[in-house]
Formats: sequence, structure tokens, C-alpha cells
Amino acid sequence: MDAFEILLSASFWVAAIRIASPLIFATMGELICERAGVLNLGIEGIMTAGAFAGWFTVYSGGDLWTGVLVAALAGAMFGLLHATLTVPLGLSQHVVGIGITLLATSLTYFTYRLLLPEVTSPPKIEPFQPVAIPGLSDIPVIGQALFNQTPLTYLAFATVALTAWVLYRTPLGLAVRAVGENPSAVEAQGISVTAIRIGAVMVGSALMAIGGAFLTMSAFNSFFFEMINGRGWIAIALVVFGSWRPGKALIGAILFAAFDAYQVRLQQLTGGVVPYQIFLMMPTRLSAKQLRY
Amino acid sequence: MRLEPKTAPSLIVTLLYPVAAILVTFAITALLVLAAGASPFSVFFLVWKGAAGSQFALLETLTRATPLIFTGLAVAVAFRAKLWNIGAEAQLYIGAVVTVVLGTGALPLPSFILIPVIMVAAMAAGALLLLGPAILKTRFGVDEVVTTLLLNFIVLLFVSMLLEGVLKDPMGMGWPQSSRVIAEAQLPRIVQGRRLHYGFVIAIVSAVIIWIIMKKTALGYEMRAVGHNPQAASFAGIPVNRVLMKTALLSGGIAALAGFSEVSGLKGNLTLDLSPGYGYTGIVVAMLAMLNPIGVVVSAIFVAGIFVGADAMSRTAGVPSYIADVMVATSLLTMVVALLFTRYRLRWK
Repeated sequence: MDAFEILLSASFWVAAIRIASPLIFATMGELICERAGVLNLGIEGIMTAGAFAGWFTVYSGGDLWTGVLVAALAGAMFGLLHATLTVPLGLSQHVVGIGITLLATSLTYFTYRLLLPEVTSPPKIEPFQPVAIPGLSDIPVIGQALFNQTPLTYLAFATVALTAWVLYRTPLGLAVRAVGENPSAVEAQGISVTAIRIGAVMVGSALMAIGGAFLTMSAFNSFFFEMINGRGWIAIALVVFGSWRPGKALIGAILFAAFDAYQVRLQQLTGGVVPYQIFLMMPTRLSAKQLRY
Repeated sequence: MRLEPKTAPSLIVTLLYPVAAILVTFAITALLVLAAGASPFSVFFLVWKGAAGSQFALLETLTRATPLIFTGLAVAVAFRAKLWNIGAEAQLYIGAVVTVVLGTGALPLPSFILIPVIMVAAMAAGALLLLGPAILKTRFGVDEVVTTLLLNFIVLLFVSMLLEGVLKDPMGMGWPQSSRVIAEAQLPRIVQGRRLHYGFVIAIVSAVIIWIIMKKTALGYEMRAVGHNPQAASFAGIPVNRVLMKTALLSGGIAALAGFSEVSGLKGNLTLDLSPGYGYTGIVVAMLAMLNPIGVVVSAIFVAGIFVGADAMSRTAGVPSYIADVMVATSLLTMVVALLFTRYRLRWK
């Protein structure tokens, strides 16, 4: 198989979409926060908390969708804390965001050690299984990638559509965008800037947490320390890459994930001549190029 | 609900709120200790004993505080000018890389020349690393939070590449680690047989120098002015962009010293776990110190004490040592709230 044939293989695109799914949730979450005018640097920790909350719910006997719900609630709670400190109290979004990341991560690890003190290898759960959509999943190359994934991946794509629809087609979305662009004008309209921002950060944080939960409940089947591994920060870059638009951000997430899936396969091809770290660095720089506020 | 500035906060209030923040932190942590089925008082006592209960514990705390003083200073300097440097972690690793490159025998110099040379080179590397984001910010308006944050990952991958490539220790049994630095490049220990090294002294001296720069020089004044209000500073004739560049050079340089002192004073070689997030903890250290350089020393020792003490405590009391991370994160959040209320009061309309 040469470097180009990889791009035509179904397994490559299946992997790309799977890698993209948590990024899509997280990116939409961050995008909603930033559209309302709040930079949420708590994303990395909120994803960690979501990954654990969802996984642990299932591990202790809950059903998979209950796990997703619990993860979302955990994310929303950290979002509420973030929003309370940054919106009505007006504290620095950078400092509070880093604080939320540190708090959510350390609380998660503490809870993990507390609830599972004796485990040496991470316990497993029965994760979401791929559900093939009849007919569509038989399309060559992209059929398997787009229509034979787990329900959470479908939910990720639905989230993008819903976010775009709410932001651009509803009065609520107009209010959210206006709060980010010109809060004084919104205040003059008699709409509470504080309420909209708090709501947006909570919803956004819930989505970030579901993105984390995707990793423990769909991509893998157990919780590891450091498993978010910078995906939250990547999502922040993807929001900028997508110039704060859900559709563009979706394309960015898929591009990034495709790059990630591609480098693994290219490494096998080049047989270690080029250090793998070079491949991992490339997409990060790619998005940083677009970082103009 | 709205915030109303206090006209003249009294000295008692300015001190009372930070103390209250620490107390609230202890209260929250106590709840978690109770959840773990242990007694908060005995746990806090064990943390205290583990951090300062003996000469060994105290020296260990000061050893752990050393890199935190450097990263805390780097953050304090940058945040004072509202340059949001979240990349102290990357600058630390670049400093460590330079130390290993120059310190493993490439420069056959006596110790009193070699160490200053390495320090200057490490600082230059760290400064240049932060200069990139600073130029992008001042020239093109690129948000430095995102660029410095992402640089942490790029640099870590870069270091990983070096450790599996050119810097790999041929005697390292295949582990991704560098060779050890030569004896001339090592900082001596302060107390024989203990881990505390002269990096700690360099850190204290750095804090004093930074304090003098911030309080007594024109550059410090300009940095504070830019941080308070860049527009006003610009109208007053302060070259805002140039001040931000200087801030970046200073901040990146100090953060790189953390990497230098860890390699040269403590570890002896470079590995990928050289820093368990000292760059990020530096943000907490700087905020707890209210961005005051001398305060950074105190808060770094406090934070280091919590980590060292919690390690010792978790071995005996069975409460997970992550309680230290929770405490440090909680103290950051309570402290920023406390600092807010020293300057503003809440009015319910």
C-alpha cells in the first residue's frame, strides 16, 4: 500500500471519524462558550471529569445513555462554577479556566483512587457498539466511515447541526451571538447577558464532558489517567480554525483527525525513518496558523 | 447584583480575605478527607509533618519549591503586563534541553564558567520560545493563550523526539532519557546527603532581581502600566509592543531556568517526566502570591509543602495523594475570589 492508497481505504476513514468524534463534541462546546463571549480553558479538565463520570456510571451498573447524561451533568456543574466566577464576578477567564482544569482533573483522579483503590489494571465496561445504517453503510469507502459508527458519533454530527441551527435560525441563537459581539446592545434589549452567558457555558461544558465520555464509553472501554491528552486544547484551536462557525469547525475536526489517522499509517509505511513526533506536530501548527482573533 | 469598587480597602481587609480563602480551601479539602473515611485533623497534621516536620521534610519541600519559584516568577512577570503566558511548561523543557546539550561534555570548561554559560544559553532559548507568540500577538493579534498552550505540546513532542534520537543516552538501556550532565555542569548540593541544591539559591536571587525590576526600574513601571491599561500607557508614550516583547523575553528566560535547575541540580539528566506540570502549577503559585515576586517564593514553598506533605500522608493515612492537587486548584479559585472582594463589594440591588 503506498501513501496515497491509504486515503482510499475504508478503515482509514472509519478511524478518522472515530478520532474526530470527541473533538467534535468538545469543539462545539467551546464554540458555544466563545460565541457567548467566554473563553473556557476548563475544557481539558471538564473532558476528564466527563470521561470518568460517564464510565463510572456504567461501571457501577447504569445504562450507557444514563452514563452520557451523568457525564453531561458533571460537565454542566463545572461549567456553572466557571460561569459564576467569570460572568457575574468578572474574574479573569484565563486564570479561572486553568483553575477549573486543575480542579476537575485532580478531583477526578482523587475520586478514581477513592472509589477504585485496589485496581491494578483499569476495569472494563461494555462500550457503545457500532450501529450500521441499512443501505447507506454499503456505500464504498465513506459508507463504513459515516454510517457504521457508534450512536455517540451520530450524536456528535447531530450536535453540529443542532448548534448551527440554534445559533443561526433561532432567537436564542441570535441572543447568544449578540451577547458575544455586543453585550451592551443585548442589555439594552432587556435580555440578561449574565443569564445567557451562564447558560451557554453550562451547555458548552456539558458537550465537552460528553466528548470526554466518548473516549471511555465508545472509543475505549476503560478510564486511564491522562487519557484526554490535550484534546481539549486542540478543540480550542479548532474553534479558531473554524472561525467560530460550527460547519467549518466540523471540517477542521475531521481534517485534524484524518491527519492523526494518516500519520499512524504513514509511520508503518515509512518504517520509522521520519520520527513520529514530526507527524504529530504538523496538525497543531496547521491550526495555529489560523489563530487570528 | 453588581460589583462596586471599594474606595480605600483597609489593611485588615486586604489580609483577611486571602486568609479566609486558605481557610475555605482547608474546609473543602476536609470534606473530601471525610469522604475518604479519614479524620481531617490527623490528615492535615500528617501533611504538615510530611512537609515541615523534620529537617529532611523541610529540605525536600524547598527542593520541590525551586522549580515552582522559577515558573511562578515567569508567570507573575508576564501576567503583570497582561501577557498570558500559559507556556512555562514548554519554556522549562527547552531550558532543560539546552542544559543537556551543553552540559554533557560539549563544552569542556571549569564549573564556574560552564554553569553561567549554560544558564545564559537556557534563558536565551526560553526567551526566544516565548518571543514567537509575543510577536504573533503584537504583529498580527494572534491570541497568545492558544499559541503558548499549544507550544507546550509541540515542545514536549520535540523533546520526546530528541530523547529517542540525537540526545538518547547510549547507556540508557533503551529508555528515552538523555546522558547525565558532567560533574562540572552540576549545581552542588547545599546540605551534604540531601537533595536541596544551589538552584534554590538562584531562585531566591532571581525573585529579588525580578522584584527590583518590577518595583524600581522604568521597565517594571512600563510593564505594570501596560498591564493596567495598554491604551492609557500608549497615550503616555510607552511603546506597548516593545514592552510586551521585553516582558516575553524576561518571562520565557526565567521559566527556562526551572528546567536548567531541575536537570543541573536535581535529576542530572533529561526525561519526559522532568516536570509534573510545574509550568501550570506556576500559574497557581503566581496567583496565590498576587503576582508579587517575593510572594512567589512564599507561595511556591506553600504549594510545594502541600505536595510533599500529601505524598508522605497518603503513604500512612490511605487518602489518595491527589488531594494535594485538589487543594492547590481550590486555593487558586478561592484566592482569585478573595482578591476580588478586597477591591470590590457585592451590592444586591
